[in-house]
Amino acid sequence: MTDSKYFTTTKKGEIFELKAELNSDKKEKKKEAVKKVIASMTVGKDVSALFPDVVNCMQTDNLELKKLVYLYLMNYAKSQPDMAIMAVNTFVKDCEDPNPLIRALAVRTMGCIRVDKITEYLCEPLRKCLKDEDPYVRKTAAVCVAKLHDINAQLVEDQGFLDTLKDLISDSNPMVVANAVAALSEIAESHPNSNLLDLNPQTINKLLTALNECTEWGQIFILDCLANYMPRDDRESQSICERVTPRLSHANSAVVLSAVKVLMKFMEMLPKDLDYYGTLLKKLAPPLVTLLSAEPELQYVALRNINLIVQKRPEILKHEMKVFFVKYNDPIYVKLEKLDIMIRLASQANIAQVLAELKEYATEVDVDFVRKAVRAIGRCAIKVEQSAERCVSTLLDLIQTKVNYVVQEAIVVIKDIFRKYPNKYESVIATLCENLDSLDEPEARAAMIWIVGEYAERIDNADELLESFLEGFHDESTQVQLQLLTAIVKLFLKKPTETQELVQQVLSLATQDSDNPDLRDRGYIYWRLLSTDPVAAKEVVLAEKPLISEETDLIEPTLLEELICHIGTLASVYHKPPSAFVEGSRGVQHKRIPARAGSGESAESSDVGQSGPSEAPPAVIPSQGDLLGDLLNLDLAPPTATVPSVQPSMQMGAMDLLGGGLDSLMGDDSDTLGGDIGGSPSMGAGLGAAPAAMPASLGAAPAVGGGLGDLFDLGGGVGMPTGSYVAPKTVWLLAMKGKGLEISGTFARRGGIIQMDLTLTNKAMSVMTDFAIQFNRNSFGLAPAGPLQVLTPLSPNQTIDVSLPLSTSGPVMKMEPLNNLQVAVKNNIDVFYFSCQYPLSLLFVEDGKMDRQVFLATWKDIPNENEAHFQIKDIHLNSDVASNKLQGSNIFTIAKRTVEGQDMLYQSVKLTNGIWVLAEMRIQTGNPNYTLSIRCRAPEVCQFVYLCYELVLKN
Amino acid sequence: MIGGLFIYNHKGEVLISRVYRDDIGRNAVDAFRVNVIHARQQVRSPVTNIARTSFFHVKRSNIWLAAVTKQNVNAAMVFEFLYKMCDVMAAYFGKISEENIKNNFVLIYELLDEILDFGYPQNSETGALKTFITQQGIKGQHQTKEEQSQITSQVTGQIGWRREGIKYRRNELFLDVLESVNLLMSPQGQVLSAHVSGRVVMKSYLSGMPECKFGMNDKIVIDKQGKGGTTDDPGKSELGGSGKQSIAIDDCTFHQCVRLSKFDSERSISFIPPDGEYELMRYRTTKDIILPFRVIPLVREVGRTKLEVKVVIKSNFKPSLLAQKIEVRIPTPLNTSGVQVICMKGKAKYKASENAIVWKIKRMAGMKESQISAEIELLPTNDKKKWARPPISMNFEVPFAPSGLKVRYLKVFESKLNYSDHDVIKWVRYIGRSGIYETRC
Repeated sequence: MTDSKYFTTTKKGEIFELKAELNSDKKEKKKEAVKKVIASMTVGKDVSALFPDVVNCMQTDNLELKKLVYLYLMNYAKSQPDMAIMAVNTFVKDCEDPNPLIRALAVRTMGCIRVDKITEYLCEPLRKCLKDEDPYVRKTAAVCVAKLHDINAQLVEDQGFLDTLKDLISDSNPMVVANAVAALSEIAESHPNSNLLDLNPQTINKLLTALNECTEWGQIFILDCLANYMPRDDRESQSICERVTPRLSHANSAVVLSAVKVLMKFMEMLPKDLDYYGTLLKKLAPPLVTLLSAEPELQYVALRNINLIVQKRPEILKHEMKVFFVKYNDPIYVKLEKLDIMIRLASQANIAQVLAELKEYATEVDVDFVRKAVRAIGRCAIKVEQSAERCVSTLLDLIQTKVNYVVQEAIVVIKDIFRKYPNKYESVIATLCENLDSLDEPEARAAMIWIVGEYAERIDNADELLESFLEGFHDESTQVQLQLLTAIVKLFLKKPTETQELVQQVLSLATQDSDNPDLRDRGYIYWRLLSTDPVAAKEVVLAEKPLISEETDLIEPTLLEELICHIGTLASVYHKPPSAFVEGSRGVQHKRIPARAGSGESAESSDVGQSGPSEAPPAVIPSQGDLLGDLLNLDLAPPTATVPSVQPSMQMGAMDLLGGGLDSLMGDDSDTLGGDIGGSPSMGAGLGAAPAAMPASLGAAPAVGGGLGDLFDLGGGVGMPTGSYVAPKTVWLLAMKGKGLEISGTFARRGGIIQMDLTLTNKAMSVMTDFAIQFNRNSFGLAPAGPLQVLTPLSPNQTIDVSLPLSTSGPVMKMEPLNNLQVAVKNNIDVFYFSCQYPLSLLFVEDGKMDRQVFLATWKDIPNENEAHFQIKDIHLNSDVASNKLQGSNIFTIAKRTVEGQDMLYQSVKLTNGIWVLAEMRIQTGNPNYTLSIRCRAPEVCQFVYLCYELVLKN
Repeated sequence: MIGGLFIYNHKGEVLISRVYRDDIGRNAVDAFRVNVIHARQQVRSPVTNIARTSFFHVKRSNIWLAAVTKQNVNAAMVFEFLYKMCDVMAAYFGKISEENIKNNFVLIYELLDEILDFGYPQNSETGALKTFITQQGIKGQHQTKEEQSQITSQVTGQIGWRREGIKYRRNELFLDVLESVNLLMSPQGQVLSAHVSGRVVMKSYLSGMPECKFGMNDKIVIDKQGKGGTTDDPGKSELGGSGKQSIAIDDCTFHQCVRLSKFDSERSISFIPPDGEYELMRYRTTKDIILPFRVIPLVREVGRTKLEVKVVIKSNFKPSLLAQKIEVRIPTPLNTSGVQVICMKGKAKYKASENAIVWKIKRMAGMKESQISAEIELLPTNDKKKWARPPISMNFEVPFAPSGLKVRYLKVFESKLNYSDHDVIKWVRYIGRSGIYETRC
């Protein structure tokens, strides 16, 4: 007997004929007719007109015919609610049938007839069926509660079905338990706040018992429900895990994945030092790998989940790289997912293998897959530093294949590699440039343009290359246009002479002929920067970029946590929270992973974007003429430790283009204005010294240490021993000029505190009292940090030694020479003025040791013209002794290199105002003359730094 | 949960449509046809979201099965269910084809009503279903009350896979150890990845409710016994033939009849088997795999229009054993114009439609070697893209288990009926087949 004939009736009076057949007396004919009706229904024909006739066939003891009629009813009851009532009586009767299969069938079907009127009649039969003696009827009735709830939630609550359902969790039959759990879970989802699924240790225990006995599907329902439970403590958590682990050997992948979900969630609560924790981790890997031998669709689900698991707990699968190797016949969706996981698992240990595989994949047929493979090579380079070189050479090989999309993809990732390892692989640029013409995708073009702009000084024909792009400027995508604009501006700043025309062209294209606001605005900013201050423009445009890292493609941690709670479900396949694709209230609750008991696992906060306060000295610009007046107007009352009235804690907006630019603008002013007294002093350079776009964590450090730290250290004690050289006292004020008061003194830095050591001698005939001291504004803001401690009157011919602590928070004005200090001392006789010069080493702070990498970058970053060369003669010290000696004065040796008998010491110094001074000292064995090269953003300090070197080394 | 289930033919016509939830309308049927079946592109994902409705689909020959939902369902479960659905249908009417589905549509509806209730999968064991799904099996009205309650308790009970009162005159069981050995080898002969995925398939014709215990040369079990000093297993000396005493199993999964908690705690495999054929366990090994064949490729490009290919295969097992159905598939470039092949053994043919040279050898003993050489003429092309050189793949069948797995025992206990373990006739067979057995060239 075949049923296909039912599909083939094409006669015209079909409905009419069917009607006649349905009303036939012969059972067989009736059955045939109903089958025809169902066939028509399946293909989408409207057979609702036959409703009364079909319902008439319902009253039969033939189970087969009954089922067919029910099928019809379920489909059309909704469109014919009034007639559906006709069926109710039969249902109610069937629910009393001695045959449990019929009882179950009736209650199952009744639940599917979604007509409000019927639901009222459903309640009584359902109540009976929930307590039926036969488990088959009970398990069907349990699901029916969920059906009824879907139609009329209030009714279900009023009738107390929920309580009955809860009772079923304790049923003796495992399948009844499983269905009750499934129904309750679903109902609970639409009542987020209800305490419906009241999970407590007793019910959990019942569920775990049922877990061992019920069908594979029932096990899934129970495991999914268990995953929502929050164990009270780690012990309970462990005992649940122990009872769930055997499920990992189930043949059904869904059971395995749901068990993995429970374990992943609950193991979060276990203390990490527990033996069991390690055992559990080990047990998770094999079943996950086994999932990969399932059918491809399931592999896909498994891989999407493994992708999450690998991000959450990389240790589980770190040794299983090979199983993710792509097979030639894998469906494309499996290939792409495997590739993703391969990159996540890539590490120094397996990188060689991974790269060999990726290279193989890059020659495959599927374009998407090949692209992803090429991209993967780039991601490996960024993730595993040791492999970067190998990755680059692999990419170059791939570029040689000349396959268009491979070349383009390779160029895009090489750009990223440049971002991660600047100035390391420029040798490949020539190869890249050869492929310029074949690039037709915006992303690749933009990447190439970026590379040309970034390394313009190393590409001879950079201007020609960029010019070639400029021809079709308006046809390019925005991405390319923006990149082109920036690249040409970079080029101009690096080679201003040859490219003036080009830059004008691009600026006018961007600002006048474009209606894209982003492009226009960027064009204007560049234009204004270039026209007002090219040097500032340089600082802005050619600023150091923050390095990129591999974390960029990871799922955000809170989302990841939520997705881990949804392992196995659609959410884990889409990598989206359920709220993103489920309508209504269902699944909107956000699930969380339980917290580890007493754990100190704090989330690592990223440092990027954090910025520290930096001390920006107030820029006061007095004129030379006022100098004397200023001094005279000084209020000579003993000053207290002067905290600068203006203490701007300027945020070093390291990532901010404009903020960075402003800082550097100030810094560069001093370069150009040189010795002009009226100009903003070298303090400005100090601001600029923190490279405009250095990662904030780096940029902020010197500012904090140098400025505020020193200021507050002033309160500390006096006279801590230090290895720094202190020059002998020299006479600053002759008795002749001081009406009998002779002052000699020197400067010293002791334990981070600057001190002025004075010797006052009374060479007059009368007693001197009421001493006070004041400084004029000076280059580094030196000011007395306390009153001059001359308490007793100074008798004739008496000498007194005083130490005056100094702060660097005083008003700032550039002096000539830089280290000049004008001092006023007052006593009961008169006010006396003198000036003295302090060694710059006074200002060298203790935390002036620069990180090697930063040193390297900074050295490169300071323009060559800022470099000064000096000879230090007649020093008979070897490099180690010299370096120790210098260290005593806070000149720190960062690195030492020996080339052909010549020691090269790389040293850094930081001034109190945050200016960094970098030095390279060459010492030739046997040659008493040292060569010193000093680089600093404020070149005028170089000379004084050199003097300090000489002073320190010679004494 | 699952909101609806549709079955389509290759043209996208609906053969079966069963909707379980209100949120799935008739338009969902069409959406899938338009967006997936009629889409020109190859399937990029087995789960497709169209207008906030998710479609899970699998394809069997040219029939599409799609499960539809609007909720955050357990995706793994839906696919497992679709596979199960295919198994159940196949058990009832054989191959899943348009004709068979049309011929059995009433049965399919009845099955769908039973195994999926409101979108929740219910008992889907064919053995149990056949006792009460009426289209072809026993008719409802002929059952006695006892029979009925027996059916319901079986469907819902602990041992849903076996009914009481089975009787055989001769108690017999067959064990097949079926392995597929997978290999990916580099052109230089380095094993990039290799694993065996095996299955133990059992056909049981046993009376009553027999309690079975299955033992194999699992390293963990053997080591445990070795420590205990009870190594007087007679099977052991015989095992020495393969050179391996025990094997390390990476992971295994079991039919639901196996008591998993017992395996977890004692690593013993005990169960009451379903009647007839079923898959007892699956396993996976990666260590010490016997690779039955080694393929040594040599591809040389002679100018732009000619390729020379030489492939040597070596068999690597006991000379007394015979491998069968050996097939080596050597891919050729798309612009191949002609091929000349010389092989020492078997038959080789260039199949233009498959872009490959197919070399077939009926039988080959162990520790032998054979060779094929071919000259491939190419049409000159201006296609810039290089030929991707797909790997050389191999198919074969060998009469041993490449993983080294051995069945040590399968004990049968039935306390109520009077037959003992010794009365059961047992058959064991090992078949090793190639899975994806590829060598890159």
